[in-house]
Amino acid sequence: MTVDQTVFRSAVLTPDMDRPTGLSDGKGAPAGRRFDVYRNNVAVSLTEALETAFPVVKKLVGDANFKLLAGVFLRQHPPSSPLMMFYGAEMPEFLSGFEPTKSIGYLPDIARLEVALRESYHAADAAPMDPADLQNTAPDDLMVSTVTLAPALRLIRSRWPIHAIWRYNMDDDAPKPEMAAEDVVVLRADMDPSPLVLPAGGGAFIAQLLARSNFGDALTAAAQEFESFDLSQMLAILISNNALIKIGD
Amino acid sequence: MLDASTHPFDQLPNTPGVGYKAQHFSDLLESPGSVGWLEIHAENYMGAGGRPIAQLRHLAERFALSVHGVGLSIGGEGRLDPEHLQRLKHLVGWTKPASFSEHLAWSTHDSAFLNDLLPLPYTKDTLTRVADHIDEVQETVGRRMLLENPSSYLAFDESTYQETDFLREIAARTGCGLLLDVNNVFVSATNLDTDPISYIDAFPLDLVGEIHLAGHDEDHDDHGRPLLIDSHGREVAEPVWSLYEYAIQKGGARPSLIEWDNDVPDWPVLEAEAARAARVLETVA
Repeated sequence: MTVDQTVFRSAVLTPDMDRPTGLSDGKGAPAGRRFDVYRNNVAVSLTEALETAFPVVKKLVGDANFKLLAGVFLRQHPPSSPLMMFYGAEMPEFLSGFEPTKSIGYLPDIARLEVALRESYHAADAAPMDPADLQNTAPDDLMVSTVTLAPALRLIRSRWPIHAIWRYNMDDDAPKPEMAAEDVVVLRADMDPSPLVLPAGGGAFIAQLLARSNFGDALTAAAQEFESFDLSQMLAILISNNALIKIGD
Repeated sequence: MLDASTHPFDQLPNTPGVGYKAQHFSDLLESPGSVGWLEIHAENYMGAGGRPIAQLRHLAERFALSVHGVGLSIGGEGRLDPEHLQRLKHLVGWTKPASFSEHLAWSTHDSAFLNDLLPLPYTKDTLTRVADHIDEVQETVGRRMLLENPSSYLAFDESTYQETDFLREIAARTGCGLLLDVNNVFVSATNLDTDPISYIDAFPLDLVGEIHLAGHDEDHDDHGRPLLIDSHGREVAEPVWSLYEYAIQKGGARPSLIEWDNDVPDWPVLEAEAARAARVLETVA
């Protein structure tokens, strides 16, 4: 009697499935709940990984509900790689279709922000450009150039006040969130990623730069969204957070 | 197979080491005590950059390193993940560790990674498979590895080898060294009602490049028999210390790691465990 790994894996991930036969306690008796050690190890370790990854989602739904949610998620989306620091990338999409939490409309976008924070934390380091190089580039040349942003930069555009909600749940002194759409950029000036609400038009501007549009097109997109888009304020945010790496690819 | 004579595995000092946790970063630099080297879980340092990589770069200048993989799934039925092998090669390439090790276990099947060390039967077929995988690892990473004995909660009816014979044969076929986890020996022996001293006696101690020590939890099976869980969440148990002393007396001093991965204590508690291992090592110095 051989126990193949397809059967073993299915039984580990499916608590109400029969335990595989051909396993014993070493003395001839069936393994019984000894097999459940693996079931438990897998479920607990993956749940803990998700709790670490999504502290604000957990806080919003409550500890017990998060465990239930994680139990469903980990069976639908077991990790596809041993890099547990990135486990849970499918959480935003999962939450969009998860009936029990559907009433919390902003939950998927909060998960998106938490994924972005973690990606940013592990993203490649990159030396920022000298801001003087920006001033020394002729405006006409700049307008037709692309800009390389820091690998640790992430953009989340939301119709919910996700930054305010995130902060309210992370920081005791944060004000109560008020309804507003927010474009949030995650920046990592050094080692610690920090989310920041972009000024009006900033979401469109950064989205264009990330899509490798040139500076002029990014500016046009920002101005279409908000006529008085403040470019110098936007650049000051990027420069002060070491997020401008170079002009060009 | 790699030529064992040109790829030594015993480059870690014969002192205690600890599993590195970020909360101990400053303590380690300021008051390492008897800790002479550090072990990292390879998969935690496979991001592109940021603080984990920066800290590791810093620590690698100060301490001898052991890179310990927990996700390669060497005992898996399928082929090894080529991307993951390349990530290991990259990490070992830039950290230049004194030791590189993995487990006799599997964790990935049909692309799902289960984040646990799952058991395999010991048969001719699994022996060939594991040996082939180790050949591939050693050829790709370009160095000799250590293979760690697992903790067992159950046994496979189909097994035809004793674990110690299985490990000895794999080492003979591949030239790999072995990592002797003394807590795993005690956990498995208790769970399967075998004798841990006999296991150490049957283990090829000359091939051991590193020893692991860790804490375990106690539970029971359906029949009230003790079921120990390899939890890495507390002090090393007294009978495990005794077994460690026995192994050191018999096989000589070896790099000895305190593994404490869950409910990680403050530095002085962990350092005290390392200091106890140091006292054992001194008895054979």
